[in-house]
Amino acid sequence: MTEEATVLLEQLSNAFGPSGNEDDIRRLLARTLSDKVDSLEADALGNLTAFKAGSGPEPRLKVMIDAHTDEIGLMVTRIEKNGLLGFRAVGGIDDRLLLAKRVVVGSSRLPGVILAPPVHLAKAEQRKNVIKIDQLAIDIGASSEDEAKKLVNIGDYAAFDTRFQVLSTSGLRTVTGKAFDDRAGCAVAALLAEEDYPVDLYLSFSAQEEVGLRGARVAAYRIEPDVAFALEGTVCDDMPKKVDTSPTTQLGKGPAITVMDRSFIADRRLVQLLRDTAEANGVPYQIKQPGVGGTDAGAIHLAKTGVPSVAVAVPCRYIHAPVSLLSLEDFDRLVALMKAALRALPEYWKV
Amino acid sequence: MKDLMKKLTEAYGPSGNEEQIRDLIRGEVEPLADEVRVDTLGNLIAVKKGSGGGKRVMLAAHMDEIGLIISYVDKKGFLRAQPIGGVDLTTLVGGRVVFSDGAIGVIAPEDRQGYRKEADLSKLYIDVGATSYEEAKHRLGQATGFVRPFADLGQRVVAKAFDDRIGCVVLIEALRTLRDTPHEVSFVFSVQEEVGLRGARTGAYGLDPEIGIAVDITPAADMPEAPKLAMVLGDGPCIKVKDSGMLAHPGVKDLLIDTAEANQIPYQLEVLDRGSTDAAVIQLARSGVPAGCVSIACRYYHTPSEMVDVADVENAVQLLTALLEQPIEL
Repeated sequence: MTEEATVLLEQLSNAFGPSGNEDDIRRLLARTLSDKVDSLEADALGNLTAFKAGSGPEPRLKVMIDAHTDEIGLMVTRIEKNGLLGFRAVGGIDDRLLLAKRVVVGSSRLPGVILAPPVHLAKAEQRKNVIKIDQLAIDIGASSEDEAKKLVNIGDYAAFDTRFQVLSTSGLRTVTGKAFDDRAGCAVAALLAEEDYPVDLYLSFSAQEEVGLRGARVAAYRIEPDVAFALEGTVCDDMPKKVDTSPTTQLGKGPAITVMDRSFIADRRLVQLLRDTAEANGVPYQIKQPGVGGTDAGAIHLAKTGVPSVAVAVPCRYIHAPVSLLSLEDFDRLVALMKAALRALPEYWKV
Repeated sequence: MKDLMKKLTEAYGPSGNEEQIRDLIRGEVEPLADEVRVDTLGNLIAVKKGSGGGKRVMLAAHMDEIGLIISYVDKKGFLRAQPIGGVDLTTLVGGRVVFSDGAIGVIAPEDRQGYRKEADLSKLYIDVGATSYEEAKHRLGQATGFVRPFADLGQRVVAKAFDDRIGCVVLIEALRTLRDTPHEVSFVFSVQEEVGLRGARTGAYGLDPEIGIAVDITPAADMPEAPKLAMVLGDGPCIKVKDSGMLAHPGVKDLLIDTAEANQIPYQLEVLDRGSTDAAVIQLARSGVPAGCVSIACRYYHTPSEMVDVADVENAVQLLTALLEQPIEL
């Protein structure tokens, strides 16, 4: 991975973009891609499509590469008399992860912290149970409702305030940050624009995945691709196990290819393309545990008359949490795998 | 017709893995249809062009069946699985699965007593006779179907996957029986119904029909202590009024009722509390399609021993044939 690529992942991870509020991510990607692609277009739902014409003979395959720009986040739903901000989750967040986390709120990126009863005051019963999201609030340090209302509006978004950090520069080259689901996919997709392919490339940076695969649905309708790849940051299961039954993907074992999840069944020709390409290029890969999760491929494959689709991901520990962790080795391997697969695709698709 | 039932129900075809069952059905419909093609997601479409002046009609029966997909291979070569579609976990223990290459696996519980108390897929494993991880590792991500032979009980028949291979039988027999039709009729053998009505959705978009009818099974309720539903075996095909995914288009529902009565074909009305069919997504294709459903009452659905009555199947074929041979005005 080049220095430039790490910087891109860092910028994307640090940027603010809960579902429905992806403007910063879209602008950052547009700036990054402006001199590398033939056209850039934003649509009504906030998707960004970067088009790069292929170098192969016509007719060329239309290939949609999807990565979602949004991240899970919070939305302010009420302002209390004492200046605390009640909130709801945007996307799938585990209530257990919220206590005492730093957040930034609204367009002025106001710093705040989610409240937590100190251990001294928490009753034994309280410490055994999870505090539900509707019992929590964001504290921005305001002392009254009036003061808070000058700074925040109901409907303002909040995101976790987590800075990207390099943990290790050797071995698995691990980094931490927020929103690797799916800024890792966004960074991989953006890096694909560095090269020429025999196919027409539609890099689709999709909005609102975390709230129901919404952006990708309309993007696929407009693009009408022949095949689609959803690039993701997906779950890892590296917790110690007592029994040998069910780990899903693991850190450092290479890109995770989805065969089936809750949202779609992958096109088996595309799964085979990825497996064959990985093997031919000596790229380690893993099959993601079937039946878990969902991706934009779930919406894309049902567009119009259907789109053969597959999802492939950088394995990330602790996704949908305020901080996640990935290996730049896995990241680089996904970039290499996708570049090789896009070069091999036309020959492959004929068979 | 029982030979065809046996052939189709014993075939392999969990959702997303319909190639083998599709080839079998293609062999049946190719001599009967004017055109046969496979669309993007794998639906098989057999078209009867018709004499003209009629409507574009889409009939749909799904080829796929429920199954299990291998989610993990342990160090000794035992497999773990996740469901494909709505698998009834109480029916699994002691059963067998088959892979696309014909390999067989046995489904076993870690703890029989515990499984009796709580059916939990994560406590089951599949034994393919492997003695090591190396021998079984290629199974990860592969789909399996259930193994159970067709049984002819006389008036009634039992098989796995009558949901919805019996709908496929009805479509094939209707195509075989159909003489003159003014309509352009697309007989669609759809994919991925059991995982969310996916094939019929893109199939309907592509065909842009003026009327859509799904043929599927519906739970019968004529067994001991059965839920209070009206559908029974042997009283004729069920004409759907509603289920949890759709309200049948009243015009299509009435057309089916009128056709049955005019031709003295027995029928029942179906109001189903849970579940739905391909008709639910056909009716929402593009700017909307008047859609209905003809169901075959079926006992023990989503188990390896689904039971239907042969007369219901024959009457469903007659009903569809009669409907297609007349002009349609909704």
